[in-house]
Amino acid sequence: MNKAYDKSARVVCEALGVDLAELNDWNCCGASAYMSIRELRAHLISARNLALAEKEKKDLVVVCPACLTTLTKTNHYMAENPRLKKTISTALKAANLQYYGSVKVRHLLEVIVNDVGENEIKSRIKTSLKDLKVAPYYGCQLTRPFGEVDDPEFPTILDKLLSWIGAKPVNYPLKAKCCGGMLMMTKEDVGLELTKNLLACAKENGAECIATICPLCHMNLEAYQDNVNKHFGTDLKIPILYFTQLIGLAFGFSRKSLGIDDELTPSKALLEKHLEVVR
Amino acid sequence: MLQTQQESKERSITDVFLEDIYSIPGGEKIKECIQCGTCSASCATSYAMDYTPREVIAALRAGLLDRVVKSNTIWLCSSCYYCTVRCPAGVKLTDVMYELKRLAVEFGYVEKRAKAPVVSKLFVDIVDKNGRISEVELVSKFMMKTNPFAALSMMPRAWKLFRRGRMPLMPHRIKGVEELKKSASTIEELSGLHAGTGKTVEA
Repeated sequence: MNKAYDKSARVVCEALGVDLAELNDWNCCGASAYMSIRELRAHLISARNLALAEKEKKDLVVVCPACLTTLTKTNHYMAENPRLKKTISTALKAANLQYYGSVKVRHLLEVIVNDVGENEIKSRIKTSLKDLKVAPYYGCQLTRPFGEVDDPEFPTILDKLLSWIGAKPVNYPLKAKCCGGMLMMTKEDVGLELTKNLLACAKENGAECIATICPLCHMNLEAYQDNVNKHFGTDLKIPILYFTQLIGLAFGFSRKSLGIDDELTPSKALLEKHLEVVR
Repeated sequence: MLQTQQESKERSITDVFLEDIYSIPGGEKIKECIQCGTCSASCATSYAMDYTPREVIAALRAGLLDRVVKSNTIWLCSSCYYCTVRCPAGVKLTDVMYELKRLAVEFGYVEKRAKAPVVSKLFVDIVDKNGRISEVELVSKFMMKTNPFAALSMMPRAWKLFRRGRMPLMPHRIKGVEELKKSASTIEELSGLHAGTGKTVEA
């Protein structure tokens, strides 16, 4: 579902010299669904990824905030609850794995902002995004519950990055509010309501597009605009772009190489209006 | 395992709930709830809930937890963690909601076609089988189990996404899936010893 995110993240990381190595034989973290049915086995599948990363002596970088929170939660709960740690360790052992708790789980956004940093990013800008008004959308699980990446309610890390690449982050009061996540599947009227609020808030604050950092937020905001408009009689149309796609554009990569050709709400006209080669 | 499940059914849902919640780090904070309602006011979906998050704890104290478990409340929690970060008493309400979802399934308090439990169980099945999730398998099985006719109304978007290469059809199975199953059965064995956190439910 998130081919464009995958593509653009790899392109941008390569340009920035961030050496990503895909975790060998990783498994799904289970997200919120697995934890809703089973508790211990939810921690087990998270712990397997942590154990695999520890074996390779690496930290884990994820692009999905649900992975971030799920894996971080298992990391913390195993450290804080010796009984849980014992149970999970015994289970991992059956698969010849072990986990000592040394892995840190990080979101790519935070790695790019904190490890790569402003100067390095600015030095690679080839195309101006000047005056492109972007609503920075963080959603839930990047900062909650742990607040390790940024403030749990008023994050600014994406705003900062957007201004580094020459875009103009608009005031976006709902930036850390929920898009509904899986509710779009299971309780559509509630999912549509939350998504409508996010789209309308971005429009009201003058945004021309919304930047996302999560594949599920992206799906809800991008692929359900027709349903929102039909349901509420609104006319909310706004392109949704991954933060990695915006960085890639600023670095002068083609839309195609960043996967900006598979949207349901096209951004082509908007980008053609704004993008300008600076060097 | 069977015996454990029967035993847990004989215990009240409140007993099982409290034992499990207290085993979560910081779980005992639930005793310190002051009924201020910050959770309900912060919740993006409380407007649609039968019982708001604050009322969940009120119901627990009144011995009416089973009403909450049978209500739409728990399945409307999207795990956004707003309540958790804002609670002045430090109650981990999102974890409470997860626990209630698990109890609803374990105690059989969900309707056969209730969408949220169905999608969660299918998600678990697919991850157990392959080690990864396949969105196409998840959505198609979900539609078949809940409302096959509604699948038709989803076709236009599904087609658009498919045409744009946004719906990978081939599921991926991890190499370590058999090992993962061994770990999982170890958990099942251990959970008999650890009532409470060891609660595992057959999906």
